[in-house]
Amino acid sequence: MSIRLLDVEKAFGPKEVLRGFSLGVEDGETAAIVGPSGSGKSVLLKHVVGLLRPDAGSIVVDGAAVPELDRRGLARLRQGIGYVFQFAALFDSMTIAENVGMGLRRMPGWDPRRIGRRVEECLALVELSGMGDRYPAQLSGGQRKRAGLARAIAPSPKYLLYDEPTTGLDPVTTSVIDRLILRMRDELGVTGLVVTHDMTSAFRVADRITLLHGGRARFTGTPSEVRAASDPVLRGFVEGDPDLYYGAGWENEGMHSGGHDHGA
Amino acid sequence: MLERMSGALALVGSRTITALQGMGQAWALLMASAASLRNADVWMPHLLPQMARVGVASVPIALFIATFTGIVMSLQASYTLTGTIPVYFVGTLVGKTMILELGPVLTALTLAGRVGANISAELGTMRVTEQVDALETLAYDPLAYLVVPRVLAAILMFPIVVLLAISLGIGSGWLTALQLLDMSSPEFVKGLRLFFQPWDVWFAVIKSVSFGAVVTGVGCYFGLRTERGAEGVGRSATRTVVVASMLILCLDAFWAATLL
Repeated sequence: MSIRLLDVEKAFGPKEVLRGFSLGVEDGETAAIVGPSGSGKSVLLKHVVGLLRPDAGSIVVDGAAVPELDRRGLARLRQGIGYVFQFAALFDSMTIAENVGMGLRRMPGWDPRRIGRRVEECLALVELSGMGDRYPAQLSGGQRKRAGLARAIAPSPKYLLYDEPTTGLDPVTTSVIDRLILRMRDELGVTGLVVTHDMTSAFRVADRITLLHGGRARFTGTPSEVRAASDPVLRGFVEGDPDLYYGAGWENEGMHSGGHDHGA
Repeated sequence: MLERMSGALALVGSRTITALQGMGQAWALLMASAASLRNADVWMPHLLPQMARVGVASVPIALFIATFTGIVMSLQASYTLTGTIPVYFVGTLVGKTMILELGPVLTALTLAGRVGANISAELGTMRVTEQVDALETLAYDPLAYLVVPRVLAAILMFPIVVLLAISLGIGSGWLTALQLLDMSSPEFVKGLRLFFQPWDVWFAVIKSVSFGAVVTGVGCYFGLRTERGAEGVGRSATRTVVVASMLILCLDAFWAATLL
C-alpha cells in the first residue's frame, strides 16, 4: 500500500479536526476523500506531504513515516509527490513556464533546455500550450488550476495530491480537470488522492471514495458501493440532503462542522 | 474590585506568555534560517536581485531624509551654539550626530517602513495564498528561498545606504553653513575634523548591519506567520514596522552602551 494513514489525530487549539482518521491508497489507484467544507480534508492532505504534523497516529508514504522525516528526508519524499492546490498557489511574480519549471530546477541533471522541453510537454498535456509566457493573473480560474496541475506533474511524481481540484469551476471545465486526473492515472500510472466536496467529480475520477465525517473515515467504498449505501450520513452528503446528513431537527440545534457523529 | 484585579493580572499574564512565545518562535526562525545558509544553491541566485530591491531602491528616500536632516542639524547647531562657543563647532555637531546617530537610526527607521513592511506584505501574501506551502511541496527550503537572501541583502546593503546618507547629510549641512550661516568651508571642516575618529564610522557600520538584520528578519518573521487573508497581511505589515522600530531603538541604546 503506497499511502497509509492510521488513527491520525489533529487539533488546532480546542478544535479537533481529525479524530482517528485511517485510510489506505493502493499503488496506481485514485482515491477520493469527500466531506463538507471545513471537515478537515485539506488538513488531511497537508499531513500526507508533511506540511502539517499529526498530534497522534501514523502516516506512511512510499514506505517512509512522514512525521518522522527530517527536512532533508521530507525534501526527498516531496520530489516524488505532486500537490495541486485548491487555488493553484502559482507564484504570481513568475510566468506560467517558470512556475511549471520550478520543481525541475531542484532536480539534478536538468539544464534549462531540458527544463524548457519538459515545461512545454506539461503545458501541452493540460492544454495550455503557448501560454507559458503569461502571468497567473492573466489566466482564468480553470487555466490556473490546469497550470497548477502542470507544475505538479512536471517532475513526473509517483503520487499526485489534489486539493479541491474542481471547486469554483463551471461544469465543462470541471469535466476537463476530471479527465486530466484520469489521464494522470491511466497514462502516467500516478497514484492519486483527491479531496473534494464535488460528488459528481468524485464519482468520475475515484476508484474508491471515503467520506470524512466527524474527523474519522465514516465510509469507504467503490463509487457503486457509495451509490448503493444505506448509511444516512453518506446518503445525505451524496444527495445533498441536510436532514439526512445532520439529522432531523438540525435547523433548531444548529449546524456543526462535519455534522453530528452518528457513531461510525 | 478583586475580579477586576484578577482580570488585569490574567491579561498581563497572557500578554507575557504571548510575548515569550513570540520570542521563542523568532529564535527558532533565526536558528532554522542559519541552518538554511548551507542551501547556497537556493538563496545565491536571489541575493543580487534582493540587494537591488533592499539597498539600491532605498537610496533615494534615504538620501532625501539625510539631506534635510543635515540642513536642520546645521541650522539648529548654529542656533544653539551662541556666545563664546566658536562657530566651527557647527561642523563638529553635524558630523558627530550624522555619523553616530541620525544617519544610521533615521535611515533604519525609514527602511523599517519601506523594506520591512514590503517584505512582510509580500511573504504574508505568499503565506495566505499557499505559495509558501507550494515552495515546500516542490522540495524547496522556504527559509533558504525567502528569508536568507533578504536578510543577507540587508546586512550587505544597509551599511552602504547609511554611509551614503551620512555623506549627503554632512554635505547638505556644510552647504547650509556656507549659504545660510556665513561660515567658511575651512571653518566647517575644522569643526568636522575636531573630534572625528575613524572608529565612529565603524560604529555606524556595525549599527547598520544589525539594523538591516532586524528590519528584514522581523519582516520575514511576521510575513511567514500571517493568517486570515488580506486583513492578516495588513496586520503583519503594521506589526513589522512597530516591532522593527522598537528593536532599532533598543539596539541603538545597546550599541551606545557597549561600544562607545
